[in-house]
Amino acid sequence: MKKTAKFSFNLFVLELLVYAGLITVYYLLVLHFLGPGLQDVYEHKRHLYAGLALGLIVGQGFLLEVLTRVLLIWMKPLTKDR
Amino acid sequence: MTFPIAGVNIAPTYLIVVGFIVGVLGGFFGVGGSFLAGPALFAAGVPMNFVVGTDLAHIVGKSIVAARKHRTLGNIDIKLGAIMVVGTITGVEAGAQIVQWLKRAARVDSVVGPTFIVALLGIAGFMTWEAVSTLREQRKQRGQKDRAAKTHPSRRDHSAMEFISRAVHRISLPPHVSLPVSGIASISVWAILLVAFVGGVFSGFLGGGAGYIRMPCLIYLLGIPTHIAVGTDLFEIVISASYGTVTHALKGNVDILIALVMHTGAAIGAQLGATLTQYFAGARIRMAFIPLPLIGAGLMLHSLLSGHPAK
Repeated sequence: MKKTAKFSFNLFVLELLVYAGLITVYYLLVLHFLGPGLQDVYEHKRHLYAGLALGLIVGQGFLLEVLTRVLLIWMKPLTKDR
Repeated sequence: MTFPIAGVNIAPTYLIVVGFIVGVLGGFFGVGGSFLAGPALFAAGVPMNFVVGTDLAHIVGKSIVAARKHRTLGNIDIKLGAIMVVGTITGVEAGAQIVQWLKRAARVDSVVGPTFIVALLGIAGFMTWEAVSTLREQRKQRGQKDRAAKTHPSRRDHSAMEFISRAVHRISLPPHVSLPVSGIASISVWAILLVAFVGGVFSGFLGGGAGYIRMPCLIYLLGIPTHIAVGTDLFEIVISASYGTVTHALKGNVDILIALVMHTGAAIGAQLGATLTQYFAGARIRMAFIPLPLIGAGLMLHSLLSGHPAK
């Protein structure tokens, strides 16, 4: 039981580190370029903005979930090797 | 980092940490956590109209992740959730209409704030009493060797308030449905719709996903096992928060960039919270939930006394 808990914790920390790196890249690339465009849509096309807002947050929700799942599959053999 | 839509400057790490904490709460308890995220955004300088709308948008993304996680764990009763959607949407609209009426009467702050405090204190008091009674009952039974002792802790779920849900199950108003996932042979659809409607009204009236009222109602009134209640509640939060996001975005109250950054922290927090539910029995989850409504009530009371709106 203790071994399983330690394994899960190691996996979680490793996932957190990889995740942090990916999020930093995400800020630099996506949000930097997305900001001005979204502000323009917000000011001039409110209906489109409402649709985009929901679409973006739902899309990111699914994207991050897939990413987390892929990371877990990728990291499991790495933590077992240790 | 500057967020041009709301016109504020906030450190992304602050938003990620807030998102992470709220994400863990959402994954573990099935609540949106708006009573913590809202004041945290407000404290960072986000205008109140953007706090309400942006928090709802962030709840959508986070709840989708947590709900999917709960679905893979078998914690969502899809049939129950589908019936509840009708009551939830109607309730959200009814709650929003009550707020509009209070706005016209210029009584929104004096009615919404105290109602929020009374509701949260009532929930915390009731859940404390119930969880203590259940744990005491379980301790008495520990000496006896029963079958339940051999099952996984997360699946041992008893409530001292089961007589209430049994009475609700006996309501003979047709039509009736069976909920095999929740272990309910027959229940009136009207009882489910009423619970969903009440949750929706709280969401539309007080803001957020209203998991703090829906989850106890699912457990104690409908007799849904705690783990299924948490998952199904998250499913309902996705529906009500999506509806709220679109409505508020149309009114110009959503800064989606803030919501996206907050959500990156919430996504991983939600994974952790949902996984943690596997290691705790139902009564212990309910016990851990108790401080949350108290924190919300404290924040609201502080905001009302200091003259700031806290929703």
